[in-house]
Amino acid sequence: MSLSFQDLILTLHHYWGAQGCVILQPYDMEMGAGTFHPATVLRSLGLDPWRASYVQPCRRPTDGRYGENPNRLGHYYQYQVVLKPSPDDLQQLYLGSLVEIGIDPLKHDIRFVEDDWESPTLGAWGLGWEVWCDGMEVTQFTYFQQVGGFECKPVTGELTYGLERLAMYIQGVDNVFDLKFNDSSVSYGDVFLENEREMSAYNFEVADTDALFDLFRKAAAESERCLENKLPIPAYEQAIKASHVFNTLQARGVISVAERQAYIGRVRDLAKAACGAWLERAS
Amino acid sequence: MADFLLELRSEEIPARMQARARNDLARLFAECTAEAGLTTGPIEAFSSPRRLVLIARDVADATEASREEVKGPRTSAPPQALDGFLRKTGLSRDQLEERDGVYFAAIERAGRSAAEILGESIKRIVAEFPWPKSMRWGDGSLRWVRPLHGIVAILGEEIVPVEIDGIISGATTAGHRFHHPGAITVGGAPDYVEKLRACHVIVDQEERERIIREGAAAAAAEAGLQLLEDEGLVVENAGLTEWPVPLLGRFDDDYLDVPREVIVLTMRTNQKYFACTDPGGLIAPAFVCVANVAAKDGGAAIVEGNKRVLAARLADARFFWEQDLKILLEEQAKKLGGIVFHEKLGTIADKVERLAKLARWLVENGVIKADPIQVERAARLAKADLVTGMVGEFPELQGIIGGYLAAAQGEPRPVADAIRDHYKPVGQGDDVPTAPVSIAVALADKLDTIAAFFSIDAKPTGSKDPFALRRAAISSIELVVRNGLRLGLTQALRGGLANCAGQAADSSAAHRLDRTADEMGDFFADRLKVQQREAGVRHDLIDAVFALGGEDDLVRLLARVNALQNFVETKDGADLLTAYKRAANILKKENWTGGVMSSPLAQGIPQTGEEDPLVLVDDPIVGEAVAEMSSGEAGAELPQEKALISALDAAEPRAAAAIDAEDFTASMAALASLRSPIDDFFDHVTVNDSDPAKREHRLNLLMRFRDAVNRVADFSRIEG
Repeated sequence: MSLSFQDLILTLHHYWGAQGCVILQPYDMEMGAGTFHPATVLRSLGLDPWRASYVQPCRRPTDGRYGENPNRLGHYYQYQVVLKPSPDDLQQLYLGSLVEIGIDPLKHDIRFVEDDWESPTLGAWGLGWEVWCDGMEVTQFTYFQQVGGFECKPVTGELTYGLERLAMYIQGVDNVFDLKFNDSSVSYGDVFLENEREMSAYNFEVADTDALFDLFRKAAAESERCLENKLPIPAYEQAIKASHVFNTLQARGVISVAERQAYIGRVRDLAKAACGAWLERAS
Repeated sequence: MADFLLELRSEEIPARMQARARNDLARLFAECTAEAGLTTGPIEAFSSPRRLVLIARDVADATEASREEVKGPRTSAPPQALDGFLRKTGLSRDQLEERDGVYFAAIERAGRSAAEILGESIKRIVAEFPWPKSMRWGDGSLRWVRPLHGIVAILGEEIVPVEIDGIISGATTAGHRFHHPGAITVGGAPDYVEKLRACHVIVDQEERERIIREGAAAAAAEAGLQLLEDEGLVVENAGLTEWPVPLLGRFDDDYLDVPREVIVLTMRTNQKYFACTDPGGLIAPAFVCVANVAAKDGGAAIVEGNKRVLAARLADARFFWEQDLKILLEEQAKKLGGIVFHEKLGTIADKVERLAKLARWLVENGVIKADPIQVERAARLAKADLVTGMVGEFPELQGIIGGYLAAAQGEPRPVADAIRDHYKPVGQGDDVPTAPVSIAVALADKLDTIAAFFSIDAKPTGSKDPFALRRAAISSIELVVRNGLRLGLTQALRGGLANCAGQAADSSAAHRLDRTADEMGDFFADRLKVQQREAGVRHDLIDAVFALGGEDDLVRLLARVNALQNFVETKDGADLLTAYKRAANILKKENWTGGVMSSPLAQGIPQTGEEDPLVLVDDPIVGEAVAEMSSGEAGAELPQEKALISALDAAEPRAAAAIDAEDFTASMAALASLRSPIDDFFDHVTVNDSDPAKREHRLNLLMRFRDAVNRVADFSRIEG
């Protein structure tokens, strides 16, 4: 019997826990990708070794489809693993995790296809692949080279599993809402369908844009104030907040193409400054 | 002598980088060994996702010992010079030899073993490898395209010892990631390829390409279909696999409603699948994917998985397509006002406005015979697909999607085709539109782009051409030439320019418009020369026609170049060119710019006492007339002079009439009639006669001959 959504997560926790990762809980802030978690961004900077894995809910307001698209969600989960320094057998460890969740590499076609990663809002980039299983992208595999504009030395290896996709694949399901969440006949739709509907309506139609613009300015100002007080972690949190507010404004369609770059640049400057302060504090 | 094997094993190398990496590996190795003086036989390089391999045959065992004598300073030179020389050679004073007051040093170089040189070479290759992008990993500082894990270096049967950032060379490597996860040991170059094959790795990329090419075609044929060949996909899949296994799968017929290009592109770009067609040539609901494993179940699970991924992709594509179909292009076009074309040139809607005007102008001025209403309609809808979901997903389908939508929404066929084809030709060898409505929109689009960017002074310079204006110019030339369009290019470009004047803030001044129009004329002339050169036309012939100036009708210009090319290749042409050069040389040597007979009155030239006839000659037009009159038959003495004059009298109007009729072959033929008279003239007439009147007459005659030839083409530019 194939793994339920929650057993998939538990299996990955066990597997990566055994590799010396600290199993963290999701960060309690809205963010667009597991990478934004301070356990990845801040910990990938500096000399200290670090191994962690966690589930991170990702909010992408523009991807919401009112629960009507079988493959797209405005809120979904990523399973994130970071290992610093990246071990020599990182690919083997990763492939071991696939076997653990029921993917037999002699029955399926596992491929590492070039895909370099870049996050303009984090001033970060790395080289790696998207990992394909029978033509489907199941994981983003990246060796960080820079974060916040700073060289990553040692290098962090980052694995980001798309949990819903992986579960759909393992369970042989074509609609994300049909995923079995547990083995007691609770589906993913039972848990999240109403969320998708309401959050799509909120993000696309209802969110108060004046309040959001105001929130963006306040979060940015607060981030700077934290920096003045040499507090990189709260400064970074406020940068994440600004980033999410920006994403919601994008979904509301009130940011023009020309303004977009300026907003991204603003968030990047905040994130970079927080990263710089974090490094200074660590050294 | 022995064969050398080098394998650099890493994590997956991007497929697109492998071909260059093989070349770089072979080149760097050849450079390193050549510099060290180590001789080798043929060098071959191979690649797979996880390894770069080099096999060099017949590597010498060692380099030869050598002795070289180096000349030093004179013995009388200051001591610093001697010190410097000793430092340079690493010798001491008593090791130098003194001869004829000069120091000499004998530098002995011992032969070095091949292993030592190869070890150094490997280090240098890894350090200097020019990957387009490289990275660090772990806590090391080594850079490679992806983490480097192993080095196999074997000369004959011996390991070449080398260590790079903790990686120690050996004879151990890895087979296929899943079929053969353990380590394997190779003996050297002779058994490497076969040993890896036994471990499910095909080292030679060409062999993998062949398996994919033939296997994919066979899989399609077995299903009664035909593979849509795609060599780019063959190479890419060979770069993604060590053990390629082509597998055929099918998808739901329902998706065939989506335009063919969308299906092919979805499969190709997103999934790297081959498409198939049915016996009727229509796209079939099937694909061929290339797995990197010989699966236990024969590939059933892999095909099933890929099918589901493709279905999700096609469902997405169909969703966009159905959404796009619901909105009329006319409505979509209204949204173009929200997309900036260029900050100084307004929005795409502005661009469409200019395009429609220019396209209509081309029709109304008779350049293209097409229905002006259809042309304007096509121009106004041409860019509307830019705001569709489909083009948002697949930008490379711009135009094509618009064409499909226009046809589906009931636009006339010529309009839909023009929307589809108006970006064409996009590159060398691309189809050039030939339908009238398509030509009008395609040409107007390109001319407008060129005029628009020239109007804001964003011309290409050197290697910088950010708006691809050179390509646009070549495409315009192809459209004009292929379709035989009779068009004054300058006027059309000025029309385009005038369209932009309202938008470019500072281009209102008329003189500025003139200057820009001139610049564009020169720009087109340059492009035309480049294009003709690439088409194999001799550049001197192009120059000979261009030098005439004032010609902006490309069709006429090229007809003239062609006629000239044919003419100079004939014996008449070659001989006439020789005679022309001889005449031109004499005139040049004499510095002859036209003169008159000593007795101009006799020649019927009115003159009063005070007038100096040479004053008149300063005016080129008058000068020419004077020279022509003064080279008339009246002053001729010898029969050869008379014959040349009557030949010229006959040829000149014939050539002129032929040029007017654009029959350039006939104008060349008229020139050909001068060949025998001019040859006779040179054979029997002494130009430099002691009688100044005769001399003058003959020089003027030569000038008349030269000018007659030059009116057809500037023969002074022709080489040979």
